[in-house]
Parts: sequence; C-alpha cells; structure tokens
Amino acid sequence: MITFTINDQKVTAKKGWTVLETAREYGIEIPTLCHHPAVKPSGACRLCMVELKEKNWSKLVASCIYPVAEGINVYTETPRVHNVRRWILEMLLASCPASPEISALAQAHGVVSTRFKIHDPSQTCMICGLCQRICEEVVGLSAIAVVDRGVHKKVGSPFMRPTDVCVACGCCLTVCPTGAMKDIFDTVRGEPKMPLTQLAM
Amino acid sequence: MHDHALAEQSDALRLRSLDDLNRLRKQILDKRDPDQPEIVVCHGTGCLANGSADVSAAIRSALDTSGIEAKVVPGIKTTGCQGFCSHGPLVVIRPRGIFYQKVKPKDAKEIIEKTIVQGDVVKRLLYKNPTDGEKILHEQDIPFYKRQTRVVLHNIGKIDPTDISDTIASGGYQALAKALTTMTPEQVVQEIETSGLRGRGGAGFPTGRKWRSALTAIEKKGRPVYVVVNGDEGDPGAFMDRTIMEGDPHAVLEGLILGAYALGANQGYLYVRAEYPLAIKHLTIAMEQARACGLLGDNILNSGFSFDARINRGAGAFVCGESTALFTSIEGNPGNPRPKYVRSVEEGLWGRPTVLNNVETWANIPLIVNKGGDWYAKIGVPHSTGTKVFSLVGKVNNVGLVEVPMGVPLSTIVEDIGGGVPGGAPFKAVQTGGPSGGCIPYELKDTPVDFDSLTKAGSMMGSGAMIVMDNRDCVVDVGRYFLRFLEEESCGKCMPCRLGLSRMREILDNFSEGKGSEKDIEDLLSLSKAIQDSALCALGSSAPNPVLTTLKYFKDEYLAHVTRQKCPAGVCKNLITYSIDPELCTGCTSCAKQCPVGCIEGEKKKTHAIDTGLCIRCGICMDTCKFNAVNVI
Repeated sequence: MITFTINDQKVTAKKGWTVLETAREYGIEIPTLCHHPAVKPSGACRLCMVELKEKNWSKLVASCIYPVAEGINVYTETPRVHNVRRWILEMLLASCPASPEISALAQAHGVVSTRFKIHDPSQTCMICGLCQRICEEVVGLSAIAVVDRGVHKKVGSPFMRPTDVCVACGCCLTVCPTGAMKDIFDTVRGEPKMPLTQLAM
Repeated sequence: MHDHALAEQSDALRLRSLDDLNRLRKQILDKRDPDQPEIVVCHGTGCLANGSADVSAAIRSALDTSGIEAKVVPGIKTTGCQGFCSHGPLVVIRPRGIFYQKVKPKDAKEIIEKTIVQGDVVKRLLYKNPTDGEKILHEQDIPFYKRQTRVVLHNIGKIDPTDISDTIASGGYQALAKALTTMTPEQVVQEIETSGLRGRGGAGFPTGRKWRSALTAIEKKGRPVYVVVNGDEGDPGAFMDRTIMEGDPHAVLEGLILGAYALGANQGYLYVRAEYPLAIKHLTIAMEQARACGLLGDNILNSGFSFDARINRGAGAFVCGESTALFTSIEGNPGNPRPKYVRSVEEGLWGRPTVLNNVETWANIPLIVNKGGDWYAKIGVPHSTGTKVFSLVGKVNNVGLVEVPMGVPLSTIVEDIGGGVPGGAPFKAVQTGGPSGGCIPYELKDTPVDFDSLTKAGSMMGSGAMIVMDNRDCVVDVGRYFLRFLEEESCGKCMPCRLGLSRMREILDNFSEGKGSEKDIEDLLSLSKAIQDSALCALGSSAPNPVLTTLKYFKDEYLAHVTRQKCPAGVCKNLITYSIDPELCTGCTSCAKQCPVGCIEGEKKKTHAIDTGLCIRCGICMDTCKFNAVNVI
C-alpha cells in the first residue's frame, strides 16, 4: 500500500492507482470530463489538474493519469488549480454553448458567463475523445476517429463518410459527456455489416 | 565512391579493425596533393535555392573547356552549408582560402582563368566589409567567420557529405574505433558526464545524466533499449540541425552508434522531418556507405558489437518534435504527445527504455569521445559547456548559421557576427528559442547566451533559432504570428492548448484592431499562467512565452494599442495611416506608379498625397520612396 496526503488528509492507495482513483475512493471531488472508468485515462480535458507541493516547490499534474507515490502531498483546491479550472470551463462555455452539461459544470465552479466569442451556437462536442477510445478499447472497432490537429480537430469516421464498420452498438452515445454524439452518430453509422437485430436472433 | 561501386567492392571495403580504418585513412590522404587547388561550391539548401547547382555545373564545364595543364587541374567539391547564407552562392578556392560570394554561373569562366590559371583574384566577387568598405580576400578574415568557434560544424563546408572517404580522411569514425577498441561502454558514459554536455534540442537536460538514468532503467527492465535522433526541427527560422544532417551526416551517425554502444542498443531511429529531403538523402547515402565499410550493421569493426538504424520521415507535424509525440509517430500512430509522468528513459519507444537526443547533441558525442570530456568542459561556461549553433535570421545583415562558445553575449552574435540591423539602427529585440522561447530586448543585449541566463531573462535556449527584430516589428503582431503557428500545430488533444492558444490569439487580434482594454492584458497573463500550468506537453506549456516576455519588456507598446489605438511600429493595419511629407516629396511619381490601388495622386514634380480612405496600408509606397517622404503613424 502507498500512503500520501490529499488536502492534508492521510490516504492509502494500491500500487498502480492514480491520484484521481484514490481521491474518488475517499469521496474527494475532482471534476473531470474526459475520464471514464471503462477506458484508459487520456488526460485531455485537464479539468482534473491538482497541485503537488513539496516545501517551496510545487507543480500541477493531471490526477487522472498521475500515478500515486509514497509521501506526495496533493492539493485539489488551490488558487493555481482554480485558475486552470475556471479558464478551461470558461473556454468550454464558448466552444460548446449548446451543452447543458457544460453549463451546469461551469456554474458549479462559479463560471456563469464567457468573455470569448461564440463561433457556433449549436456546438456541443468538446472533442474529449471518449467516443473514439470506447470504440477502440472496449468495442474493438475504431469506427470513430479524432481526425486532424490543432484548431481543426474534429470527431468523425474515416474520410468523414458513414462507415459499415460501425455496428450501431451505441457505446459512444452512452459515454459522451455532453450528448454531442447523438448529432454525430448518424454521420458515422453506415449500413452495418451485421445489423444488431440479426445479432440478437 | 558511388553506390554500385560500393556494392561490388563491399567485401573488400569492409573495415575489420582500427588498423584497417587508419590504413584506409592514410591511403586516402596519400593520394591527395596538398597543393592541388580545390574549388569548393556550397551546396547547402540556402545556396542551392540561390542557384549554386548551376554555378558548380558552370565551373565544371568551364574547367573542361579551359584546357589547363594537368598538374594544376583543380578538384571540384560540393559541400554542405557553409553558413553565410545571405551571401550565397559561395565558392571557396582552397588551399589559398579565397572566398567568393554571390557567384553566378557566368562568373565560372573568369574564376577558372584568373584564379586557377593565373593565380589572380576576381575582385568583384570578394566580400566587402560593410564597416570600412574594404574587400576581404580570405574566408577566415571575414568578421562573420572570424568570431565563430566551429567545433560541431568543423567539417561542414570542407567535406563532401556524400563521400565517406572525405569523412574518414578528416578523422571521422576515429572516436567510434577508439571506443570500440579501447573503452568500455561505462567509460563512454563517464566521458559524456564529464563533458557537461546538455541537450541541444531545447530544454538543456544533461545528456550524461539522461544516459545514466537509462542505464538504471535497463537494469530494472532489461533490454532492448533504443536510441533515437530527433531531426524534426520545426521552429520557424531554425536550420541548425538541417545543416548538420546535410553537411556532416556521418557525425550524427557516429554519435548515434557511440550512444548505442554506451547503452547496449542494437537498433536506432533517425526521425527526420519530411520537409528536409536533402538531409534525408545525405543521411541515407551516409548509412549505406557506413554499412558497406562495416561501420554500421553486424559486428562493427569486428568488435562483436552490432547496431543498425533506420530513417523515419515525419509527416509535416511540428508537434512530432516533442519526444513522446515522436515516439507515437514512429510506432505508426497519430503524433499525439503522452504525459511524461513516467520518463522516456524508462518507457519510451515501444514502451522500452529509450534515449532520444537532438541532432546537434549526437553530433557532439564523437568530439567528446575523441578529445575527452575534460577538453569539452573547458569550452563555454560552467553549467553550459561546449559550443552552440544558432541560425541567425530576421532583420540582420548576415543571415546564416553561426557557432559560438556558450556564454558569449547576445550582442556578439547579433552585432559582431550578424553585422547588426540593416541601416545601422540598434535591434529592438531578439526572439530566441522559436515559438516556445521569448523576446530579449536591446537593453539586455549583454545577456550571456547560455541555458541558465536565457531562462533567467524569461526566454530559453531552445534549439537555437534567433530572430532579430527592429523598430518596424510590432510585438503584438509577433505574438499573433507565433500563436497562429502553434494553434495550427498543436496536436489538439488537451483543451488548454487547443482552446487556449486560439483564444489568446483572439485577444491579440483585438489589440491589433485597437480594441480591448487593460483588463484584457491582465486576462492574457492569467490565461497564459493557466496554459503553462495545465497543458499536456511542452508545446502548450511553453506557447505563452513569446507573449509573456513581450508583455514584460514592451508593455507600453501593448498599452499604446489598447488605450491610444496606435501601433508604434507601424505594423497593425487598422491602427496606422500613411502620409507624404510635402517637404521631402520631390514629385518623382514612383510611389503613385507602384500603389496597387491607385490611391496616390499628384502631378510630376509636385507634392503627392495619399487618399487614406482608399489606402490598404500595404506600405509599398514607403518601400518605394527614395527620399523618405512617406511616413507611417
């Protein structure tokens, strides 16, 4: 067992756990968007940043991927952590203005409005990549990909055409934290090679 | 030595010991006549772009038709980049060291007739010293070269990079032979530790310590272990690594083999960006020739040590210069970085212990092994030993590649070697370290250029790009440029980088239009801090640096944009107006002729005027006017 502290509270964790898993075990709340227990953590949304402190030294790490270590001191509610969270939420409010989930999360952290320009008022997808990861890691199909890079990054099927690789299992719909997948789903799903009804018979 | 010839003689060429290598070296040197003139034409990318391939062809044909006597027939050699790129194509006549610049194909005949046959100098091709107007005859007397210390670049411009015999003649692979025959892997690691060499790719991590921690990881996890060359140099304005790969590919290769020997690796990778076709070509040739000579592949120099490497080309993503993104790219996946909470020396390529170093770092290794870590540690300053290669670009007279010992003042590089800003005004700032670095203002021109001093000034060494700016460069515009570059080049995986950089750029866009407030400047600082704290890799976490350093040193210029709606540098189009000074205007009409929208009116020999309503603020009139009559406010 590994012993360390979160917010000065002594905690123990199994080897190989992450800081986030330990915090959740102890009921300490850390916000996340791209985290899901069914898939490997990817550290994309950075909402789960926590501060590690050691005397005069400190740094921020992503708790969903940071492996626990003996004697570390983790703080989940520091000014630096709040600064990161608030900026990410404020930017997400402008990027996904149509998502009630994002609005609710932002509000819970005191972010009620955004100073940034809204480019697409109907947008709900924040490209966290959960849909892609569940399709690849759990379903084993990779019908959905996160394509392109930087500001041009988007979620879609290969060549942005409906694909018969998709079996319409709906896993991506289930894990999507903002409900964006319901709009994307029909652009991904082609005529399945094996319809689900046939599978059931 | 050509490919087919190599294949035929491959067995005969194979070197089986240090003695073999020395015998071959002696053979090559004995065949050479030290008095035979040699015409060296720079075939670096810069000179090639200026037509140096035509120049060397013209020299060749001029030589064929000149009918000069057999005993003075000169050799012609094409080399990698000699560094003085703004004066290319360059031609050097050795052994006299006569330096011709800006040579055209039509000059070839005269060079042969005058310099080679008669021993005279073609004066008009010599470099003119801008300070006193004197023509300079010899390469080593030109101020640009005089103040440099060429250690890593010592071979470049002297050897033909496509011919291994040239490399061997100049002492190439001596370090490898020395290590394989007289040193244990442990001793190689110790030499690197003693040398104090720090990674040349940007962060300056001590190379010896990296190798040592890889050895510790290998003890725990066992082999295989991989060695990787990071040749994905992508900073705007940077071309140090390209020059080394093009001009002395065997140095990189020899360094890599030495690293592999020290760590017990049998497989290496050279990750080179696809935009560097000549570097890839020269490295490929170098590897084929090294294999044929038994210096790469199975049982190198019959030592029992086997190592081979392959080249992986990048696919145009800047982020693949980040080590973990580079690994995922080699593994065949999209180049997204992964968190470095477990270090690459423990879990790198294919999840195995991996040592990745930058091209210039690897090229330093043979020198250290050859001459000893103590020798190396004496160059430069404590904590930043050795030399560093910089590419000097922007508003500077001598654009090119320079190598200086660590710790020389910034002004030595920009003013003494670079010749300062065209026109003679002091420079405004120097951006070091590319888009991840920062701006150093003129007031700090005496800052020693070493890892720690640059970091203290808020910038960083980075890979070695130096972009010089003058009073007509606007810091808001510079910040927008780098942010726009990075928002396109971010992998887009983590949100602070993907969303944050474009939002920062939007704030700066507003500034450039005179919108915004002092509160926006505070927001910019706070958002920058959040991105630095939370981005997944160094691309994101260092991206706010150019904005932060310009805010630190040029806050007044930012304030001028947001409070007075003025761009003091005259760059931001929405905030400037062009006008013609009636006192200075001679009515020559040249500005009116050049104006693309026809908004300048005036009769010949009478004062002209700009219709500011129609003016698109392109600035062509200002560049055209010979009487400095066009102003920008």
